[in-house]
Amino acid sequence: MMHRETIPRVVTKLLFPFILLFALYVQFHGELGPGGGFQAGVITAAAIILYGIIFGLGAAHRIAPPRLIEVLVPLGVLIYGSVGVFGLLLGGNYLDYFVLDPDTVHGQERGIFWVEIGVLVTVSSTMIAIYYAFAGRGR
Amino acid sequence: MVDAVAHFSNWVTVILMVIGLYVVLARGNLIKKLVGLSIFQTSVYLLYIGPGKILGGTAPIIAEGFTVYSNPLPHVLILTAIVVGVATLALGLALVVRIHEAYGTIEEDEVLGREGDT
Amino acid sequence: MAIACVRNLFAVVALGGIYSFLMALALLVLDAVDVSMTEASVGAGVSTVLLLGALYLTRIDEAPPLRVSAAPMVVALAAGAALLYGSWDLPPFGDPAGAIHHHVAPRYLNQVIAETGVPNVVTAVLASYRGYDTLGETTVIFTAGIGVLLLLKGRRRRRDGGGAAL
Repeated sequence: MMHRETIPRVVTKLLFPFILLFALYVQFHGELGPGGGFQAGVITAAAIILYGIIFGLGAAHRIAPPRLIEVLVPLGVLIYGSVGVFGLLLGGNYLDYFVLDPDTVHGQERGIFWVEIGVLVTVSSTMIAIYYAFAGRGR
Repeated sequence: MVDAVAHFSNWVTVILMVIGLYVVLARGNLIKKLVGLSIFQTSVYLLYIGPGKILGGTAPIIAEGFTVYSNPLPHVLILTAIVVGVATLALGLALVVRIHEAYGTIEEDEVLGREGDT
Repeated sequence: MAIACVRNLFAVVALGGIYSFLMALALLVLDAVDVSMTEASVGAGVSTVLLLGALYLTRIDEAPPLRVSAAPMVVALAAGAALLYGSWDLPPFGDPAGAIHHHVAPRYLNQVIAETGVPNVVTAVLASYRGYDTLGETTVIFTAGIGVLLLLKGRRRRRDGGGAAL
């Protein structure tokens, strides 16, 4: 790991919050412009991976603990699946968003929102977990 | 001449596909094989996205003043395929790392040779 | 292509990253903005890092092949020729009369605002119309992640050690 390279360290510190902010923008603006859960998840993971490459795996473990990541991997799929179950409970079909709100268009937007959250959580935590597995193996 | 231009995207797809297939078949190095598989995969992306384009169309985000949009369906399919592709690539790389630990090599020929010895 | 010929695997990975960026540009030209964004971040970013990580754990140089055979080249060229022959019957590039544009795509494009209120059709189709597909794909990613963790998470141990430490 790089400990004496000043420029990458400073630039990473400067860019890190903006990369995360851009990921959130891509996530929540994905209904209006290009973007969505998959892209936002990968960008989030890329931010953590960049941090891990520059400051070492230990620093990355401090901001995104491996235990938390391992909980988040199945949690994303659960969020996605439970949106479908929620639709069932409200009397619709599985993954039917029209019943989530009295106004059907509003229900669709709500369903898409939660599904994208599920995708974001799964993709980002899976990518980070894979990176941890590869990087932790070498030591 | 018009025909040649009309099928250019298909030709690029086929050329990339042949390169990927050749790398997967001919190279013994397992990581090189995975890179070849990725090239093959990108040719499939082009195979889907290429026909979805309409000349004079715009990106499929509904907005005032546009009536012709490219086909959104291939975009959806390929969007998820890319992310699934990198997840499976990671799985393949993990297998390669384990093979390297077990056999001390990532060349297919040497792995098969060592299997034959024991 | 250089990727097929270069023996240094580090160069192969670097070329792969450049190739992914070029592919993202090509997809952008083909109006697939969402896909282009994904390819730029996934192909050029994450998969390059993963390949470098795997190289670090294994070896950086490719051994010269034990025997050189013409069979792979023949197979690849034959497959390519067959595909080229087939491409003559496809509709021309960018033609709005192609069969692909008359199946379900017009319905998505015309109804999406009224039914979901989401202007980005790709997001709407991904999460709503084809929610089952996306659920399946999320599950595939989840499964692949679990597989990688199972393969790589355990500490390196002797062959005769117990298998419970995974």
